[in-house]
Amino acid sequence: MIQTKNIHFSYGKGTDFRFPDIAASSGESLLITGGSGKGKTTLLHLLGGLQRPQSGEVIIEDTNIASLSERKLDHFRGKNIGLVLQQSYFVASLNVLENVVLASWLATGKQATEKAKQLLAQLDLSYHLYKLPTQLSIGQQQRVSIARALINEPKLLLADEPTSSLDDENAFKVADMLSHLAKQYGTALVIVTHDQRLKDRFPNQISLS
Amino acid sequence: MITKIAWKNIWFKPLNTALSIILLTASVAIITLLILLQEQFEKKFSDNIDGIDIVLGAQGSPLQLILSSVYQVDAPTGNIDYTEAKKWMKHPFVETAIPLSFGDNYRGFRIVGTTPDYLTKYGAEVKNGKVFVKNFEVVLGSAIAQKLGMKVGDKFFGSHGDAEEGEVHDHQAYIITGIASPTGKVVDNLILCNLQSVWAMHDHEHEEGEEAHDHETDEHAAVAGTGHEDHDHDGHAEEAHDHDEVTVSEEGKEITAVLVKFRSKMGIVTWPRIIAQNTKMQAASPAIEINRLFSLFGIGLDALKYLAIGIMAISGISIFIALFNTLKERKYEFALLRVNGASRLQLLSLVLIESLLLCITGFVFGTIVGRVALVFISGSSEDEFKMSFNPFEFVWEKEGYLFLLTIFVGILAAVIPAVKAYSLNISKTLANA
Repeated sequence: MIQTKNIHFSYGKGTDFRFPDIAASSGESLLITGGSGKGKTTLLHLLGGLQRPQSGEVIIEDTNIASLSERKLDHFRGKNIGLVLQQSYFVASLNVLENVVLASWLATGKQATEKAKQLLAQLDLSYHLYKLPTQLSIGQQQRVSIARALINEPKLLLADEPTSSLDDENAFKVADMLSHLAKQYGTALVIVTHDQRLKDRFPNQISLS
Repeated sequence: MITKIAWKNIWFKPLNTALSIILLTASVAIITLLILLQEQFEKKFSDNIDGIDIVLGAQGSPLQLILSSVYQVDAPTGNIDYTEAKKWMKHPFVETAIPLSFGDNYRGFRIVGTTPDYLTKYGAEVKNGKVFVKNFEVVLGSAIAQKLGMKVGDKFFGSHGDAEEGEVHDHQAYIITGIASPTGKVVDNLILCNLQSVWAMHDHEHEEGEEAHDHETDEHAAVAGTGHEDHDHDGHAEEAHDHDEVTVSEEGKEITAVLVKFRSKMGIVTWPRIIAQNTKMQAASPAIEINRLFSLFGIGLDALKYLAIGIMAISGISIFIALFNTLKERKYEFALLRVNGASRLQLLSLVLIESLLLCITGFVFGTIVGRVALVFISGSSEDEFKMSFNPFEFVWEKEGYLFLLTIFVGILAAVIPAVKAYSLNISKTLANA
């Protein structure tokens, strides 16, 4: 469950963003589209607590994350927000399973190894648990980062251009997985993209202009 | 978990890691070696001068006198007249005075004529057999007995002088009557006998070379007679030795040095001048000479120490460069950790721990390598100077400082990369991807 009110963000020197209010409840998917320079990524970072708005509120499960302290925000983010980025980053020295388990440890202090295995199996990665992330294809890496984003069963799953570097087949596969898993875990899913292919897939859309 | 990631990270770049660890290992090994050498060297040297306030010997280099008579490593400065030395040995200041007379060696081990006091002074007991009493009876230092596998009752011929290859005195054998207990001091590597044995051995030589005159006939008779328990000295009534054993007259005999312990410490200050003014001998203080020697060594040791610290600085720089270089590619990794809920402090500690792991690994390796080197050095110094070092000794205080220094280098090298990781702007990093 996520809700925003009158978010305003400025990089200074004239780049000024006023975002429309958005809302997505548990298990619901929301697609945010818009051309380059319209602040898609900025909005996503604001929603994910990577940046703070100059004014306005970002409310996730009754918590206004804009008012949290840095330390608490780190903690809240780890526990309640899953992030899938356009490009996948991993701790290069850890294998796939360890990377996913690490996310659970950072958020909760516990290593959810079994759950990570189960999640990775669901994403069709059972055979790649002990490989290094760099040994996987881009599509596989994208799925690992989805598993990592979901390991803590977040309230909000944010995806930034999750499909733009994938071919048609993989793009739809990833889109299906995202919406399916979001429903399964009762997570609000917000996807930011300019990918035309997804516009037909998700009926709930907001366009930035 | 952070430590585990750090550990995996450093092995993810094996070449960088190897370079840093090798450099650290080299510097820690050199410093460890220096610490151990210096500590044990000084200990060995000071152990041996315990209870010796002054050494009386022939004029020449005082350092040489100390090295030759206390440590048995250098050639003697010359001989002194025993009768004259005796006057000083009976001086009221003197508590104990142990005469030493060098002459021969057996397979490189010095045969020293002295009194049983010498054994007592170094805390050695005759654990096997008994102490030397008669001429040509010897007590073996424990190390010699062990190395040469000799035991009580064995006989051997000495070679003249210091050199193993010296002329062999094959007319008269020494017989081992006792083996001394180990002390870790110089006595372990000496063969001890009474003064008369040394004189007798060498008077015999003169006799062979020149025409005998009255005085020496007496001694020759004595030497030649050794081994026969009963015999008479015809026409030597005035010098009659009325014991069973044949003794050599002390008159006109020479010894090499006297180890003196004073009752009154005044002697340490006054003797060197008094002796120099009144006799042809010199009195040297082992403590002063050894201090002088250490300060000479000190220059070389310092040079090595600076070298090692230089290498340590380089290894610090190498760690810094390695961390700093990978930071560029790893900033996404760090941003991602933050996204997943890692705090700034966790990132800071990740970088610090990586550096510290390198340092600790380097320190452990260095400590081991330094000791292995000491084993080799000990082997060669044992051959040359009869001085061995114990690689398993830990000089906790100095090695503790070395450990702290290593840790400090690790922290210093990591501080800039760690702060960069700490202050990383995640939004910017991910947006610019």
